[in-house]
Amino acid sequence: MRDIQQLKEIARQLRIDIVTMVYNAQSGHPGGSLSAIDILTVLYFGGFLRYDPTNPWWEDRDRFILSKGHASPALYSVLAKVGYIPHEELNTYRKTKGYASDGYSRLQGHPAWQGNRHGTPGAEASTGSLGQGLSIAIGQALSGKLANKNYRVYVMLGDGEVQEGMVWEAAMFAGHHKLDNLCAIVDNNNLQIDGDIRQIVNIHPLPDKYRAFGWHVIEIDGHDYNQIINAFEEATNTKGKPTMIIAHTVKGKGVSFMENNFKWHGVAPNKEQYEKAILELSAGGV
Amino acid sequence: MMAVDIKSLPKKALRDTYGEVLVELGKIDPDMVVLDADLSESTRTHKFHEAFPDRFFNVGIAEQNLIGIAAGLAYTGRTVYASSFAIFLSGRPWEIIRQQIAYNKLNVKLVASHGGVSVGQDGASHQMNEDISLMRALPNMNVIVPADSVEMEKVLKKIHWIKEPFYVRMSREKFPIILPADYEFELGKGYVLKEGNDVSVIACGVMVSMALQAAYELEEEGIDVEVINMSSIKPIDRELIVKTAQKTKAVVTSEEHSIIGGLGSAVAEVLSEECPTILVRHGVEDRFGISGPAWEVMEELGLSVEGLKKKIKQALDKKSKC
Ligand SMILES: Cc1ncc(C[n+]2csc(CCOP(=O)(O)OP(=O)(O)O)c2C)c(N)n1
Ligand SMILES: [Mg+2]
Repeated sequence: MRDIQQLKEIARQLRIDIVTMVYNAQSGHPGGSLSAIDILTVLYFGGFLRYDPTNPWWEDRDRFILSKGHASPALYSVLAKVGYIPHEELNTYRKTKGYASDGYSRLQGHPAWQGNRHGTPGAEASTGSLGQGLSIAIGQALSGKLANKNYRVYVMLGDGEVQEGMVWEAAMFAGHHKLDNLCAIVDNNNLQIDGDIRQIVNIHPLPDKYRAFGWHVIEIDGHDYNQIINAFEEATNTKGKPTMIIAHTVKGKGVSFMENNFKWHGVAPNKEQYEKAILELSAGGV
Repeated sequence: MMAVDIKSLPKKALRDTYGEVLVELGKIDPDMVVLDADLSESTRTHKFHEAFPDRFFNVGIAEQNLIGIAAGLAYTGRTVYASSFAIFLSGRPWEIIRQQIAYNKLNVKLVASHGGVSVGQDGASHQMNEDISLMRALPNMNVIVPADSVEMEKVLKKIHWIKEPFYVRMSREKFPIILPADYEFELGKGYVLKEGNDVSVIACGVMVSMALQAAYELEEEGIDVEVINMSSIKPIDRELIVKTAQKTKAVVTSEEHSIIGGLGSAVAEVLSEECPTILVRHGVEDRFGISGPAWEVMEELGLSVEGLKKKIKQALDKKSKC
């Protein structure tokens, strides 16, 4: 059995790392990192993603791609926690100097692939320009099938990101090719930069759309650990179709004044706000 | 104009001017429509949205659709503005821009914010250093890179009435205001900001103010620099380029853009055809940017007054050996 209390404790620590990184850099995207982190926690610490931080290029590893690359603090905090990178490296996020071979940072504003000169060990693709991750995940999933490997590919998209046409070109292809080694997650926090997605250009009903494209669709509360665990289990057991997990989440989750407020998409907290956030997250021990 | 210490000048972001002028134009031109792709606060088109909610459309995160819709609106005779970050406005939908807006010479103004590496922390994925090159290659496309907010306003008020495609490129940061209030922008014309006899710097965007500063500092070393603002990159002022080259016999181009395909290349084309001259291109070398605070990244990539002074001296050195 998975220890949910333990997972939640990990996520609490990761939330502190996320807010701290953005505060230290005075730049970055806290809202979408905080909405995504419970799902990433279950994926990396709940026994679903198979990986080896001592061997980032292990051929049989499962892949996770953060298509909504601006949530890089969420990914970087996880990669540090599992040991791909040292924890103190998180201080180099969005800074000029860091741990890359040429002295620059390996924690770029948006993730760079681990094969990139400024990439992060454990990062499976360069993202940041929205809409590209699902297609990349498909390529990696196809390659696994071609090589008779049983690794799985996971990819997380933002709900605003789903407005990109390329996402639907990819959805059509994955359904057509019955890529059951592919699992996508939409971080459905209802917000994009300019406001509420349902008011800007509505993407819903999402489940019906993906079903029509040949996907197995699961809808969950993206902060409910039992539901996240069950969804990943169901995805793993689903044959003959790619799986789409539509996770209903709260942007800024865990920091009261950031929750459900699109203004916290891409701004850093000041000192006072940072201290308040840390206080909440420290007290908020599950 | 004399060389000036730009550090003392007031600053303003071009995108702030863009938002204000859009509203002014909206009042006098009822046919005008503005589009954005989920970056309206950053590009400042939200100002137009607030003033004219019926004539503003946010297409969401869908830049190809943005351009397609802009084209459709323009086919029906409207003046259309479409904005996003330079990378997403010129990069993602490039082929649609080519097929619709350039090929049909449509009345669409593509106004990009966040050009170049001064985007800073967002990093290489968001730092567009190839847009001038991409846009300049398109037949029918006019390409303008204003030097400050005064010029931004003059550019918009002039090109609004020219029923042709334009790509106007802004950066994110505030630029020093270097042009006088009575400055007039003319399409296809460069502007001599400071006359000089030893070497010519032809610059665009924020590098124009840095060129002025470099000229000011080099004056003390006895180097007399001519500074030209070449905001109109296409069409370009061939006559002025030849004239300054014939006078100083050494040219440095300077831009917050790749040295491949942008202003440097445009000037090189003119010089090689008309009057081969020593040329040094100052800009982003053939590489990607990095994350970091805007001016730190600029400095790191050599896009600073010091970096430009080095290139100016290189040009003088080459000239002396020629
Ligand atoms: C192709 C592209 N267009 C625009 C942007 C600018 N941008 C960054 S984040 C964002 C909003 C993303 O919203 P969503 O996908 O819902 O992410 P989340 O709410 O999880 O942060 C936009 C428009 C981008 N990164 N890429
Ligand atoms: Mg969202």
